[in-house]
Amino acid sequence: MAEQAGMFMVHQTVGSVLCCKCGIPMQPNAANMCVNCLRSEEDITEGLQKHVIIMHCPECSCYLQPPKTWIKAELESKELLQFCLKRLKNMNKVRLVHAEFVWTEPHSKRLKVKLSVQKEVHGAILEQSYVVEYVVQDYMCTSCSRIQANPDQWVACVQLRQHVSHRRTFFYIEQLILTHDAASHAINIKQVNQGIDFFFSNRSHAVKFVEFLGKVAPINHRHDKQLVSHDPKSNDYNYKHTFSVEICPICREDLICLPPKVALSLGNLGPLVICTKVSNSITLLDPFTLRHCSLDAAQYWRTSFKPLLSSRQLVEYIVLDVETSNIEVNAGGSKYVLAEVEVARVCDFGKNDQIFRIRTHLGRLLSPGDFALGYDLYAANTNDIDLDKHRGLALPEAVLIKKSYEEKRQRKHRKNRLWKLKSLNMEVDNTTKGRVDEQKMNSEYEQFLRDLEENPELRFNISLYHNRDYQPSEMASVTDGGDVPSVPLEELLADLDLSDEDMEDVEE
Amino acid sequence: MATRLQFENNCEVGVFSKLTNAYCLVAIGGSESFYSTFEAELADVIPVVKTSIAGTRIIGRLCAGNKNGLLLPHTTTDQELQHLRNSLPDQVVVQRIEERLSALGNCIACNDHVALTHPDLDRETEEMIADVLGVEVFRQTIAGNILVGSYCQFTNRGGLVHPHTSIEDLDELSTLLQVPLVAGTVNRGSEVIGAGMTVNDWTAFCGSDTTATELSVIERVFKLREAQPSAIVDEMRKSLIDSYV
Repeated sequence: MAEQAGMFMVHQTVGSVLCCKCGIPMQPNAANMCVNCLRSEEDITEGLQKHVIIMHCPECSCYLQPPKTWIKAELESKELLQFCLKRLKNMNKVRLVHAEFVWTEPHSKRLKVKLSVQKEVHGAILEQSYVVEYVVQDYMCTSCSRIQANPDQWVACVQLRQHVSHRRTFFYIEQLILTHDAASHAINIKQVNQGIDFFFSNRSHAVKFVEFLGKVAPINHRHDKQLVSHDPKSNDYNYKHTFSVEICPICREDLICLPPKVALSLGNLGPLVICTKVSNSITLLDPFTLRHCSLDAAQYWRTSFKPLLSSRQLVEYIVLDVETSNIEVNAGGSKYVLAEVEVARVCDFGKNDQIFRIRTHLGRLLSPGDFALGYDLYAANTNDIDLDKHRGLALPEAVLIKKSYEEKRQRKHRKNRLWKLKSLNMEVDNTTKGRVDEQKMNSEYEQFLRDLEENPELRFNISLYHNRDYQPSEMASVTDGGDVPSVPLEELLADLDLSDEDMEDVEE
Repeated sequence: MATRLQFENNCEVGVFSKLTNAYCLVAIGGSESFYSTFEAELADVIPVVKTSIAGTRIIGRLCAGNKNGLLLPHTTTDQELQHLRNSLPDQVVVQRIEERLSALGNCIACNDHVALTHPDLDRETEEMIADVLGVEVFRQTIAGNILVGSYCQFTNRGGLVHPHTSIEDLDELSTLLQVPLVAGTVNRGSEVIGAGMTVNDWTAFCGSDTTATELSVIERVFKLREAQPSAIVDEMRKSLIDSYV
């Protein structure tokens, strides 16, 4: 500072003194002893632990931090070093400068850590390094021992059910679970008649899973528990928890007749509605007036209702004439245009002259000559209480639901797709009560895949993977290749393959 | 010759004693061993006086003196002053001075010709020193420390200073004092030279922690090996006789 003030400072050379112990000339320091003498005087590692015993679980390679925590760490990793340093006592007297592992044979059950510590002694800071030896003892951790004792044991179970005759919802939910990795804690997954069972080893995992389901589907759940064992001395109670989750039976493309109360509460929405989208709320659309509304899970379960007709009962129609109107609506992300169409059932076409004039919401997509799928109310025998409650309701003859690409698909003969889906590791319940028809499952799965191709908003939450086994068919050059909806290449994820295959073009 | 001793298990002998060429002051301790060591070494040459200053035993740090005089702080009691006047030889002028910095032993380092003082000492005190001790006074610092009396000890033959003194400072001080100086330690690496030892032209007393290396440095710089007390005292006596005549 004086130099900055401009004062003249004489250059100071430090002289040398003799070390007070050994007499060798040295630079004066705070202790006025040479380093060797100081080191021989003071051992700063005195009183520090040099030998520690640690517990290690051979099954899951975890290390015990008393009293109860098990820390997972690999040999010679950062976590293991941190754990080893935490196990040393008396480290507050010295300052730790550096720590590293010294290599030891893994079978020797010894870990060696070299530490450099600093301590102030006689006014000078002395640094010394020393080696701490850890003896590793094998000790099975509580979770591994529990699994060893009874591998099928579960503490919490989530029973997911939907009382409909198809499994489309479960395919979709399976894909959502895979994308969000929600079932990572599940120790077992079982497929049963009208649902899936998930088993967890921890109640909180099950609760988290149920909350995840609540975000993706309109569910109603209840929770029950069963006492397994209890320790009267420490008042510990062990339960088996069961969460019973029911998904609402309304699915996409269902035709619903709303009960009068519900219709009134939704603003006199025409009692016949179509369900267009199901996420954690249900979107209902009146195909004749294009009015739409959405019901969330709580609202639905207060006054629950069943669908009138579901996608199994879809019948194919051929469109003869379309008259679009100006009414256009954007409901739940899709655009609908009201139109009057003349349709005939494909089974009638050519055989008789039966033509229906109906209103539909698919005005944007249909043009004469197209095929569409819809519900045949003309020929249907509906046995619904709610329908009877609506007096004086004039049922339309048909309600169109979606455009059909069936003919074109048959022409294309495409056996396999450019993309594929992953699946959950499920145990299939093969008892006679829960037997699921194999062929029915396959056709439903195929239908589900087609649904994914046709609907981009369905694909939104799902991860699609590039199918390496895809062989493009010879008919790929046919001009109408663009008509059939397919998944664009940008939406596919490259399947992470850790083998040595060369990666194909990576997509987002 | 340099002697190692302790005052009541404490190695800072320079705090509890004051040694000059004409007299030696010793603090009153619990056991007589401290006093008897000094007596064994010096009794037949110079008077060894047991005293206290201002009721304390830290007499080495409170007073400053050489063969010509002794300066005492204002806190010295009248009885102590009288006792010292009675015990010391008549040619030693005992003077009590009024000075804000009362630890004169820490502020003043002197031999029979030159004195180094604390830079903040009063002007009157400086004149007193020059007058009573018969020395030339220089205001100085040692290795950046203002307490010159604590961090150096010098006699008419040589001097020992704080180990961190730079070479330029050492040269400057040596020129001022006209004696060879060395930077070193006492009492096993202690930098407080003035407190750790006390020395005159033929003998030195150090704390018992002093290592052999330090002792050899002390003996070399103060030229104690060939020193004989009689030669120096005889010189003094000669000058004394001169003055009577």
